[in-house]
Amino acid sequence: MASENVVTLSDDNFADTIAGDGEPVLVDFWAEWCGPCKAIAPILDEIADEQVGSVKIAKLNVDDAPDTARQYEVMSIPTMILFKDGEPVKKMVGAKPKDAIMGELAEFI
Amino acid sequence: MADQTVHDVVIIGSGPAGLTAAIYTARANLNPLVLEGEPSSTSDQPGGQLMLTTEVENFPGFPEGIMGPELMMNFRAQAIRFGAEVQTVKASKVDLSERPFKIWVGDTEAEPTHLAKTVIVSTGAQSIMLGLDREVELIGHGVSTCATCDGFFFRDQEIAVVGGGDSALEEANFLSRFASKVYIVVRRDELRASKIMQDRANANPKIEFLWNTSVVEYVGDKKLESVKVRNNLDESISDLAVTGLFIAIGHKPNTSLFEGQLDMKDNGYLLAQPGRTATNIEGVFASGDVQDDYYRQAITAAGSGCQAALEAERWLEANEEGH
Repeated sequence: MASENVVTLSDDNFADTIAGDGEPVLVDFWAEWCGPCKAIAPILDEIADEQVGSVKIAKLNVDDAPDTARQYEVMSIPTMILFKDGEPVKKMVGAKPKDAIMGELAEFI
Repeated sequence: MADQTVHDVVIIGSGPAGLTAAIYTARANLNPLVLEGEPSSTSDQPGGQLMLTTEVENFPGFPEGIMGPELMMNFRAQAIRFGAEVQTVKASKVDLSERPFKIWVGDTEAEPTHLAKTVIVSTGAQSIMLGLDREVELIGHGVSTCATCDGFFFRDQEIAVVGGGDSALEEANFLSRFASKVYIVVRRDELRASKIMQDRANANPKIEFLWNTSVVEYVGDKKLESVKVRNNLDESISDLAVTGLFIAIGHKPNTSLFEGQLDMKDNGYLLAQPGRTATNIEGVFASGDVQDDYYRQAITAAGSGCQAALEAERWLEANEEGH
C-alpha cells in the first residue's frame, strides 16, 4: 500500500536517514492506533512520489521508537518534523490537508 | 474546477450519518457525491469524531468491539462499493437560496464547484475548547482534545481531564493506561456521565475527581507544566502539577456554513422537522450530530443518515417531473 518512496525508520537507520544526502527529510511520527495519522498516510505517499529528489518522506512508528519521539519532544501525533542535514528545521503538529503541508515545506525544498 | 453536472445528491460530511446516507443513496442509483472534509486533528475531519476514538463497544454488529477509525474506513468502503464518489475536500460555502443548490470548495469568489438537486448536511460537531490564553499554541504541547492521539506520550506522568460527561470519563479511563495519575476536573459536584462509565472511573485506582473545580490558566512556556485551578465553592486558586490536559467538555455543531440559511436551535444545532431530517429548505436534509443535541451516538447518527437518504430519494421522485 505505502509508496516505495517512503522510508520506514527504526532506531537503527534514524540518524543516517535524517542526515540525508543533501535533500531535506520529512519524518512523520505516527502509530497504528492514531486515526488522524492514517488519514494523512496517503497524502504523504503522494508527496513522496511527486517530490522525488526534492524532499524525502520517512515514517517513524512511535511504538517502536518511543525514545526518539521523546528526544524530539513529540507529544501528539501525527507530528511531522523536517530535517535538513540532520537538524530539525520545521515541526508541524496535527493532521493537515496536502496543500497546507506543502505550504509549510515550501521554503525548505 | 467547476463541474456543471447537477448532482442528485451532495452529502457534506463523512461521519456515520454522511456515509450511511451515501450507502443508501448510492444503492438507490443516485450517484451521491460526498465532500468528506479535510485531514485535521480535530473531529472536524473525514470520518468524524470516531476517528479520534479507540474501541467502540456499543455499535451493534461488533460483539467484540471495533476500533473507531476502522469502523469509519468500513463505512467509507461500503459507500464506495455502491458507487458513491468521495472527495477529500471541505465545502467552503453553500448557497441554498435557489435551485440547483450551489456548493463551493476552496475559492468562494469563483464559480460554484458543484450544483445539486438535494443536499444532505452531516457536518457533525467538534470539541469545545476552554478558551483560555495560549490554548491554541499549547495544543500538541500538553493541551489535547484527542486522548487516543496523545495519551501515549504521557507515560508515568500526572495529567488531567476536564469534563464530567461520558467522553471525559472514557478518556480518563483510556489515559490511565499510560499516566501515573489522572485527575478529572469537574465544574460542579456531579457527573453527566452514564452509570457504567462512572462505575469504571470509580473503580480505577489511578483516577481522582476534583469536584467544583475549573481550570483557569495554563502555566508553561513551550509546553504545559501545570495549570491553575479554581475551587468554585470558595473561589480559591491553586496549582495542579499536570503535564497534560485533555479537554472533554462537550461539542459544538459545525454549522457556520449554514448560518442565515438553515434554521437553527438556540444552541446552534440545525433544526429539522420533528422526527424527520427535512430542514426549512425543501430538498435540504440534516442528519447526524449537526442536528442532534440529545443522543449524539454513532448509531443514531447512522440512523438519521438513512432517514435523510430516504427523504432525499422521495423528494427527488416527487419533484423530478417538473425538471
